[in-house]
Amino acid sequence: MDKPKAPIDYNNAVITIKGLEKSFDDYDVLRGIDLELYQGENLVVLGRSGTGKSVLIKIISGLLHSDKGVITVFGQDINKISDREMQELRIRIGFSFQNSALYDSMTVRQNLEFPLVRNRKDITRAEINDAVESVLDAVGLSQTINQMPSELSGGQRKRIGIARTLILNPEIMLYDEPTAGLDPITCIEINELINEVQQKYKTSSIIITHDLTCAKQTGDRIAMLLDGQFQRQGTFDEVFDTMDERVKPFFDYNFIR
Amino acid sequence: MDTKNSTALQLKKKATKPKGKINTFFVSLYDIHKFILRFFKEAFMPPFEFKEIVRQCYEVGVRSFTLISLTGFIVGLIFTKQSRPSLGQFGATSWLPSLVSIAIMRALAPLVTALIAAGKVGSSIGAELGSMRVTEQIDAMEVSGTKPFKFLVCTRVLATTLTVPILATYTGFIAILGGYVNVATNEGTSFSTYMQQVFDPLTFTDFTSSLIKSIVFGFTIGIVGSYQGYNSTKGTEGVGKAANGAVVTAMFLIFIEEIVIVQITSWFR
Repeated sequence: MDKPKAPIDYNNAVITIKGLEKSFDDYDVLRGIDLELYQGENLVVLGRSGTGKSVLIKIISGLLHSDKGVITVFGQDINKISDREMQELRIRIGFSFQNSALYDSMTVRQNLEFPLVRNRKDITRAEINDAVESVLDAVGLSQTINQMPSELSGGQRKRIGIARTLILNPEIMLYDEPTAGLDPITCIEINELINEVQQKYKTSSIIITHDLTCAKQTGDRIAMLLDGQFQRQGTFDEVFDTMDERVKPFFDYNFIR
Repeated sequence: MDTKNSTALQLKKKATKPKGKINTFFVSLYDIHKFILRFFKEAFMPPFEFKEIVRQCYEVGVRSFTLISLTGFIVGLIFTKQSRPSLGQFGATSWLPSLVSIAIMRALAPLVTALIAAGKVGSSIGAELGSMRVTEQIDAMEVSGTKPFKFLVCTRVLATTLTVPILATYTGFIAILGGYVNVATNEGTSFSTYMQQVFDPLTFTDFTSSLIKSIVFGFTIGIVGSYQGYNSTKGTEGVGKAANGAVVTAMFLIFIEEIVIVQITSWFR
């Protein structure tokens, strides 16, 4: 499957990061990250486990605080905005978690309704039902509406997790390891879903992964995170057309291209 | 990155990092203080999660009801049985109902209820929130623009604060019934006479102090369980520690609070 072309506005950066640094105790995870995500773009952040990929999107969504650097989302510096402004900003950002993070005491319907009823005070019951059915239809899982998360497969949980973020019509999607722990066929289905979301919801996305198939099938641009910094950025072929000993082994262990 | 600078930075971090159990204790104390302040800030600000509070009240009540009923009855029965020989030596067995009611209403009912609720409800809150923390469900609420603290913590703390006093009152009556079984078996006292003797020595201060104690205990169980669970880390091990910490800390604090409230109440008698 090739990545379908998407209209990207390279004059409009929805996320801008400059000099981002983050440490945990004595370990420096991110050591000066510079990054721009453009309107309508799917940016894949590739890297080995433990290189700080997830930390990066958790900082963007405000779940973690940076030690240093400027992170601007829709023109707002997230280190300088109030809690209320952050909450409003978060509604415009969808976050798909690695393990889906579905609320396990709620049904699929309740999971989807939860963010909607708490963020749209004037919404009617009919509008809630329409929104739930619409996102379930978008991820192809209308039949699971009354099921509990424990009754779903890994792939279904990922899809419902994505549906739960889509229900607020986000403008930015952050995917944390969307294909981790899934079989190859389900991985391709999730990759297709990511591209469908980009096309249908006109989202700009950051996809965190170490899966090269996912990177190739979903990324308009790839950024390779090594030693806490982006070492290479470009299209899939540009990033891997290198003799860099830190990048080559990553590619050699995967058998695509 | 320059290796020399990097090493200097690491050394600086090591030097400024707080060490030792005393530091950890004060940091924890500060965190708990912030957590409690956050509860009061968010719990009484709209929007209110009424539906979730009612659901949590039901959960707290149902989880403890059977055990509290059984324990309350046994406490009343055994307390009366054990006190009988001592009072009998002075020919004062007719004072048993008064003794039972004072002991139960002033101390045993709130304390026994709180200890059972700490074990059943506190651990459950700690484990539930801990599990939600380590599986990123709380983070998922946070990033979707909702307020997890209000939905998860405030509702549970309010539920325990409201429900424990109701359960304590219920435990009191069940324990008094337990005492009646013993008194009726030995003396053949009628139920109405027994109840009259039970309520005669009780004062308004007894009821209010018992109620205040139960409210404080309920708040403690909820806030400690929530704090432990909400700040849980380190995967499944963290969930176990949160559940365990919720019970141990809550029980310890309940005994301290019992001493303080008894002392304060004694000034009003």
